[in-house]
Amino acid sequence: MPVYEPWNEARGAEIIAEYSHMEGATLVILHALQEAFGHVPQAAVPMVASALNLSRAEVHGVVTFYHDFRQKPAGKHVLKLCRAEACQAAGGDAVATRAEAKLGVKIGNTTADERVTLEPIYCLGLCATAPSAMLDGRVVGRLDESRIDALIAEAQR
Amino acid sequence: MSLRIFIPRDAAAVAVGADETALALQRAAAKRNAAIEVVRTGSRGLYWLEPMVEVATSKGRVAFGPVGEADAASVLDAMLADGPHALRQGLTEEIPWLKRQSRLTFARCGIIDPRSVEDYRAHDGYKGLERALTLTPDAILADVAASGLRGRGGAGFPTGIKWKTVAQTSADQKYVICNADEGDSGTFADRMIMEGDPFVMIEGMTIAAIAVGATKGYVYIRSEYPHAIEAMNAAIAAARHAGYLGPRICDSKHSFDLEVRVGAGAYVCGEETSLLESLEGRRGIVRAKPPLPAHKGLFGRPSVINNVLSFAAIPFILAGGVKAYADFGMGRSRGTMPIQLAGNIKRGGLFETAFGVTLGELVDDIGGGTLTGRPVRAVQVGGPLGAYFPRALFDTPFDYEAFAARDGLIGHGGIVVFDDTVDMSKQARFAMEFCAIESCGKCTPCRIGAIRGVETIDKILAGERVAENLAVVEDLCNTMKFGSLCALGGFTPYPVMSALNHFREDFGPTPKRLQAAE
Repeated sequence: MPVYEPWNEARGAEIIAEYSHMEGATLVILHALQEAFGHVPQAAVPMVASALNLSRAEVHGVVTFYHDFRQKPAGKHVLKLCRAEACQAAGGDAVATRAEAKLGVKIGNTTADERVTLEPIYCLGLCATAPSAMLDGRVVGRLDESRIDALIAEAQR
Repeated sequence: MSLRIFIPRDAAAVAVGADETALALQRAAAKRNAAIEVVRTGSRGLYWLEPMVEVATSKGRVAFGPVGEADAASVLDAMLADGPHALRQGLTEEIPWLKRQSRLTFARCGIIDPRSVEDYRAHDGYKGLERALTLTPDAILADVAASGLRGRGGAGFPTGIKWKTVAQTSADQKYVICNADEGDSGTFADRMIMEGDPFVMIEGMTIAAIAVGATKGYVYIRSEYPHAIEAMNAAIAAARHAGYLGPRICDSKHSFDLEVRVGAGAYVCGEETSLLESLEGRRGIVRAKPPLPAHKGLFGRPSVINNVLSFAAIPFILAGGVKAYADFGMGRSRGTMPIQLAGNIKRGGLFETAFGVTLGELVDDIGGGTLTGRPVRAVQVGGPLGAYFPRALFDTPFDYEAFAARDGLIGHGGIVVFDDTVDMSKQARFAMEFCAIESCGKCTPCRIGAIRGVETIDKILAGERVAENLAVVEDLCNTMKFGSLCALGGFTPYPVMSALNHFREDFGPTPKRLQAAE
């Protein structure tokens, strides 16, 4: 399970300063902030803008353009199910339906107890061992009923 | 003497238990007091056999697969005794599926330790760069042009011409950029190279840098590929340490260094101008062309942007393989193509072969049909923007022009197989939905057309004015195809229209108006 720090302005400033010298540093900094805090805190946006001589709107635009960046924390565990064609062809729809039923949320949502966020992902590149998923950064292929059940049980623990 | 055992660290092998198998083998060896050395390699690409474990013998490597955690102990016994085992596949090189391939780009993948420059060199690595360092940039460009290599990302643009354009453009700074944003479903060749033979790509990029006069390079890898990111970073550090990257590479006058940048989940960033925007730290909004990236690319500087497989093909060509490379293939599609067999398929994986093999051979003969054992009904070739082909088109040879002539594309070489339970209207709807989710929003046909497409297909599926709505979908597809700025909006009509044209029965009863027209 990933462990994140609570938002802290000084720590945020330190992360931004570490990368702001790089060419085109915006995404690098946003990734680093999310790695540390689990999301890109609203308070960090004007700080990034100021460090890179950009407007707040420009940084906000980047945060909201990319699917990866979160504006609020996810659940304790993030389960990403590949929903692209190769996984669809190999029974991915049934796996997704089962995961939604077991967790009681639709894809794109977090369970009420905030333990699991269920997200779609468009291709993990595991298309010859489909259907596949990623739980907190760990990849799992050849999903069937028992394997998805085990993954969900692990996420709910 | 200790037994050398090879287990992939490839993400897809890990996803089906390669790490657990490796640990179980170590435990079993400790219990038996057997000395083993485990080398973590890339994957050979025989994914139905993963986790595939190999052992070095006097006759060559012998493969076992798929070796689950529970099989590890008995497999180790068979390795130690050189005895039979139900999972024993014989000499790896003799496995027919591998033997009938022509592995030029993937010659080392699954064989070498992807973190070791020495191992790469021991398997003919850096021979292309060594020769390139003795040549003039013009001579390098001539080799690349003569090989007939075309961009393996999907567009198939001649690599030699692209490089020459950058070489001829003067600037204070030029860049070499690797597009490793392999977002197409059904493709994984880039990931395999980065995880299994990253130095071949680094070598290819270095040769490009020398040819065009660039000193700085970026590898833009999608965030969905954490294993590839780790592998590339490790390989770049190792290459730098060995003097193959950095100032004055191999004591020559050339300097070149590389940096990995990570995407953030936007499919459109696989489009080269959108990728440039993203590298510059902005939203991945597509740029209008011209100017071409070769003239004004990253930060407005001339930039070579190629796919992983294009760069990975370069070392073989430069190591004296120009003619050998060009001798493979058919028509204007020269060389070999790493084809990826995926989805509902019995023997899925990486099959590198000369252009010209037919779709039917690939799916039925090599792939063995579906994993479910049901009849193959449709295959999608070339990712989410590629057409769906029915069995009737299985005689199409794998070639850029042959696919284009049948309103399809080979794209990045992925083939996704579907059995007869597939509902093609759902697949057409998904193509539109995916385009709507991933559209960068710059041009209207893509941004709005995709959403209208989903709505209209929903109406058709609800049986609402089917003939009129089918005409609307067709019209929308034409607008998207000819009015979009990039391939996302421009190619989404391929899966939609191919589903409609080849599988009309899935879209409800044939409308009366169209019957009258026939």
